[in-house]
Amino acid sequence: METAITVRDLTKHYEDVTAVDHISFEVKKGEIFGFLGPNGAGKTTTIRILTGLIRPDEGEAFVAGFDVLRNPIEAKQRIGVVPEVSNAYIDLSAWENLVLIGRLYGVPTQKLRENAMNLLKEFGLYEVKDKLVRAFSKGMKQRLLLCTALVNDPEVLFLDEPTSGLDVESARLLREKVNQYNRDGKTVFLSTHNMEEANQLCHRIAIINHGRIAAIDPPENLRAQSMELQYIEVAFNKPINPQEFSQNPNIIKAVSAGNKVRIYTANPSAVIEFLVDFAKKKRLQILSLNTMMPSLEDVFLKLIRGKEAAKQ
Amino acid sequence: MSQFTEQFRRSFVIAKKNIKIYYSKGPVIIFGLVFPLFLALAYVIGRNISLKEVLPGLIGMTTFFTATSVGPSIVPWETRSKTLERLLCCPVALWTIIVGDMLSSFIFGLIISAIPLALTLVLTIEPLKFIILLFGLVIANLCFAALSVLLSAYPPTDIPATSMMLSSLVKFPLVFISGVFIPVEQLPQWGMTIASISPLTYFTDLTKQLFLNKGFYPLALDFLAVAAFAVAFIFAAVKLHEKTLAKRLS
Repeated sequence: METAITVRDLTKHYEDVTAVDHISFEVKKGEIFGFLGPNGAGKTTTIRILTGLIRPDEGEAFVAGFDVLRNPIEAKQRIGVVPEVSNAYIDLSAWENLVLIGRLYGVPTQKLRENAMNLLKEFGLYEVKDKLVRAFSKGMKQRLLLCTALVNDPEVLFLDEPTSGLDVESARLLREKVNQYNRDGKTVFLSTHNMEEANQLCHRIAIINHGRIAAIDPPENLRAQSMELQYIEVAFNKPINPQEFSQNPNIIKAVSAGNKVRIYTANPSAVIEFLVDFAKKKRLQILSLNTMMPSLEDVFLKLIRGKEAAKQ
Repeated sequence: MSQFTEQFRRSFVIAKKNIKIYYSKGPVIIFGLVFPLFLALAYVIGRNISLKEVLPGLIGMTTFFTATSVGPSIVPWETRSKTLERLLCCPVALWTIIVGDMLSSFIFGLIISAIPLALTLVLTIEPLKFIILLFGLVIANLCFAALSVLLSAYPPTDIPATSMMLSSLVKFPLVFISGVFIPVEQLPQWGMTIASISPLTYFTDLTKQLFLNKGFYPLALDFLAVAAFAVAFIFAAVKLHEKTLAKRLS
């Protein structure tokens, strides 16, 4: 499969801080690629390099087949960007913002008018197209930013924390539109610290921490790598001391969680059988029993903490 | 279409945006309209001299203040509102943005300096001299607009008032040493030396030659100097903005 983004050994220092530390990865065409990490992990620096805003100190990056260092204009011609901070022109109307950005991409006038009109309708901003952006809510501004990022019909769309601080409705609309855009065969590079968003949208996720890539995989593979994080929550009709389960070789750890016992295991079916036998022997009633897969958040925290522990 | 032509076309798109947004901003109105108006009144009122004698200084001063009023504030403003980042994400080079800013400053200067220019029509100025003046006015506006954008490059502030204040620190001394109030020939030797490094000196000298038939430098040198300053300012503005860009975006 063709690649939309190629990053090799990318490094960026800010004085004595290494924001991005020799990272390498590829994003396939038509993929939604999540870039997940805590604040200050290097997500925005990476996006800024890929969108031609800043130059790396080392390494190379190709976007839509163009070297962002040697051919930044050609690379930027093929991308759309929704930055972390809302930066539409508040003294211009929504329509004027779209026309401005479209013209800067060299979109022909007639095509630009059509694109702008369709996007504003699609994102529910057509009725307010002549209003100054100053009067827009945060959700409306963010929708407008996505419109401006799509006005040139880009091959690759960069989204930096696009739903951060948005109301539920606007966030959902934005996710739907990103999905729709991707279904048309376009590539999306999504930087986020919202696990659920990454889980719902992304085909693959890179986890970045302290400027280094900790893992790259589809969300389900990332979860599978952390099967020891899956657990069973069981509630009996009488209180049970979790220590009673400590002898079972299939149980990694058992802890109390309110009136339930949370049992971490890599082999849930064996533990369920054990729990049923245990209940019979002790003449207990099982009130509830749930198998919980590790969330992306669990995986994320495990990877981040694991790296930090290794560093220390 | 070559990439240069396309980028230059996009500079006009940026200039158009600047005209819409920044011409009506308070600092631009104060420094570009109110200030030159009162300075012009102070220059004219109470002086028993003819319009012909007043016009060279008046045109020089008005052109200088108006053409330098928009440029210093755009980049700091756009840094603060993060719209500079938005522009740089588009397929435009930094020079495209800088030239766009210059063009908007240039057009503002050109529009306002048309007012004193219209006064020349009251005088019986020869058509050839009027054309030369018009040509000089265009080059001078470009030169001063480039200077104004250069002045916004350092320090890489995101506070427009700081940039405006610092640019005023450069602009006011330039007006006083450029033959607007005191003719260059009446300055001491050290004053003449300082005057020779101001582009406004050459433009004021140019207008004096056209209206009063007396100048300190040859007319060709006046044109050449203003054009050379324009090229130097454009080049320096692009280079200095390139150098300070990383700091602006951090």
